Amino acid sequence: MFETITRGLTDALKMLRGRGRLTEANMRDGLRQVRTALLEADVNFNVANEFIERVTQTALGKEVLRSLDPSEQIIQIIYTELAQLMGPVDHRFHFAKDRPTVIMLCGLQGSGKTTTAGKLALLLRDKLGRKPMLVAADLQRPAAVDQLKVLGEQLGIAVYSEGAAVPGGKGPNPISVCQNALTHAKKTLLDTVILDTAGRLHIAEMPMDELKQIDRLVKPDDVFLVCDAMTGQDAVNSSKAFNDALDLNGVILTKLDGDARGGAALSIKEVTKVPIKYIGVGEKLQALEEFHPDRMAQRILGHGDIMGIVEKVQRVQQQLSQEEIQKQQEKLEKGNFTLDDFRKQFETIAKMGNMKELMAQMPGMGQMIPEGEDPDVAVRRIQGMIDSMTKKERRDPDLIDLSRRRRIADGSGTQPHEVKQFLNQFDQVRAIMRQMAQMSMWQRMKMIMGMGKSGMFDPGAMMPKTKIGTGHRKSPKERADERKKKRKQDKRR
Amino acid sequence: MVFRSFFNKIKQGLAKTRDLLSGIFRLKGRVDQKFLDELEKRLYLADVGTVATTEILTQVRQAFLDKEITGDVEKFVKDKLKALLDSPREGIRFAEAGPTVVLVAGVNGSGKTTSIAKLAKYCQDQKKKVIVAACDTFRAAAVEQLTIWSQRLGCEIIKNQQGSDPASVAHDACEAARSRKADVLIVDTAGRLHTQAHLMKELEKIHRVVNKSVPGAPHEVLLVLDATGGQNSISQAEHFKKAIQCTGIVLAKLDGTAKGGAIFGIKQKLNLPVKFVGVGEKLDDLEVFDPEAYVEALFND
Repeated sequence: MFETITRGLTDALKMLRGRGRLTEANMRDGLRQVRTALLEADVNFNVANEFIERVTQTALGKEVLRSLDPSEQIIQIIYTELAQLMGPVDHRFHFAKDRPTVIMLCGLQGSGKTTTAGKLALLLRDKLGRKPMLVAADLQRPAAVDQLKVLGEQLGIAVYSEGAAVPGGKGPNPISVCQNALTHAKKTLLDTVILDTAGRLHIAEMPMDELKQIDRLVKPDDVFLVCDAMTGQDAVNSSKAFNDALDLNGVILTKLDGDARGGAALSIKEVTKVPIKYIGVGEKLQALEEFHPDRMAQRILGHGDIMGIVEKVQRVQQQLSQEEIQKQQEKLEKGNFTLDDFRKQFETIAKMGNMKELMAQMPGMGQMIPEGEDPDVAVRRIQGMIDSMTKKERRDPDLIDLSRRRRIADGSGTQPHEVKQFLNQFDQVRAIMRQMAQMSMWQRMKMIMGMGKSGMFDPGAMMPKTKIGTGHRKSPKERADERKKKRKQDKRR
Repeated sequence: MVFRSFFNKIKQGLAKTRDLLSGIFRLKGRVDQKFLDELEKRLYLADVGTVATTEILTQVRQAFLDKEITGDVEKFVKDKLKALLDSPREGIRFAEAGPTVVLVAGVNGSGKTTSIAKLAKYCQDQKKKVIVAACDTFRAAAVEQLTIWSQRLGCEIIKNQQGSDPASVAHDACEAARSRKADVLIVDTAGRLHTQAHLMKELEKIHRVVNKSVPGAPHEVLLVLDATGGQNSISQAEHFKKAIQCTGIVLAKLDGTAKGGAIFGIKQKLNLPVKFVGVGEKLDDLEVFDPEAYVEALFND
């Protein structure tokens, strides 16, 4: 996500970097590129212009011109403004105390309401310990009710429905369905009700009135707009109309797992002032994440979403059995990191989601993948090589000589020199792993970031040589100096 | 139904675009930076995108800078926009013999299933016997959704249960279309983001299977795009075209305030024309795309 806007901005900022002084002229060129990047990312035209204007005004202020490193400061300003534009955000829900909490989802057709309803119910149950119930209030779209029922069944979450609308006006109507659902929730002791309403056009009067009526009669505690991250300039119009009609509490941005640049996020926040609360990042029902404006802004500027990765790693580790982790940990500490473990790590990464998405989150990685090269392919190639090795070889890669290399290459459809290259890279990884065993979590993360830059998955690139255990050793003279200093301090006391 | 011509319908669909674009040519004075800024704004707000917008602005600047704003400027801009979209207006190209197979694809929520129902109606109106194939075996209740449409349309549907192999459903549908002497087979597929390689592979497989079952098929490969979408539509078109050689676009949801200007970029970059536009929720709210009318409707009051 935001890959392209990141690239555009990095290009623009490259022009700003390395200039001795920040003049209005060179800043204008750079900022023009930032503006184009924003527009290409589907940020609303007016929002983009205002943003550039704001950055220009701030940057032209005295502090910036007096400062030693103007380009750094410009980056800081753009980052702050971007983060400000998209934040602050509060991921909490407004839970009612004396009755079931009602969350209403609304949005245009095809924005992803029903899927999001399922994801939200799962999140409320598994992360917040709620007892959710889904309500099929989309009586318009054929089989929408069935879709929600199937989702509920998959998730083991209760679904309230009265069937779909009947042509001719008889049959249930969405307003009474929502009201009855609330009563039903009270009876069955469920504490959170999620209303999945029909998709509608923001300019269609009757359907919008219907939403207003539900809002008035059912009194939802939270009203969320579900919006497609691929939306263009129109995001401003629709979100404004929904906000005017319903007083939204939040926005859920969907389909952010594609390559949409997601400029809609900026536009919606700026125009409606409604915070973006969650983002949908995949087809899996767990793929609903909290939205973090600062991370998003960092990411836009190419610094990479480090915290996002940390969180993801933790989540996947929770899924891995405790035993497995311990085993790996023990091996790590002994320094016996084998190719088998390496392959397991790949699988873990695969579980974490899209390879490309992950790599884009690491600083420098996004740019490292050449246009058109698929990281998935690179990963598969490496997996193929490991799979073509014997168990013995995997445990002890040093065994692998030329003839074994040839066999492995044949087995995996690669070239012997590629196998050698990979084994060399693996040696580096093993060395790093040994080091990592003695590090804190934060040092490990920093280490991983460094690895990212050197290009694990770029077959042509080599790891930097890493020595094992080369902490700086003080010379006898230094130590003598230190002792002297310490004595002096002791005397003073 | 009151008689509504294509022109009126698309004009209704494009009401907002019209509001945006009209007026600018009625500005008094000369073509100056202010006029160009205004033109830029209007094109951008219609999702026309950087490439096409820059091109038009450059040309207008070269030809008209410091000249009086007259009908010539208006005509110039319109002609330029029309030229960017120019393509034969043919709708579906039916096969000379045997069933015509139409493969429909797109990202999640773009409006595939509704567009397919409308396309089926369009073919039925031309006295064709239509069969639809429910190859969205992934999304919950997608098969049911298409089944309900087929019942409303009174056309046959070939389906299997959720989770089955979509390519095999496509194969069965091709066999059925042949043996039952259907004129048109419309194949629905699951929505997928164009960046998901394995799902695009699956789509390629459906394409291959259809091609094996019916010679020359699929005769049309339509990509359904959401008119609300922005510049990402270009990336979508690029990936889908690469995977399944799309022959045209169905621009859905043109009845909102969105303008679907991304089609300019798509035509320029990929030479992929828009074939149909969706302009409402009813079954006959599908029209053959007409660039003349589209651009005119963009400007007319």
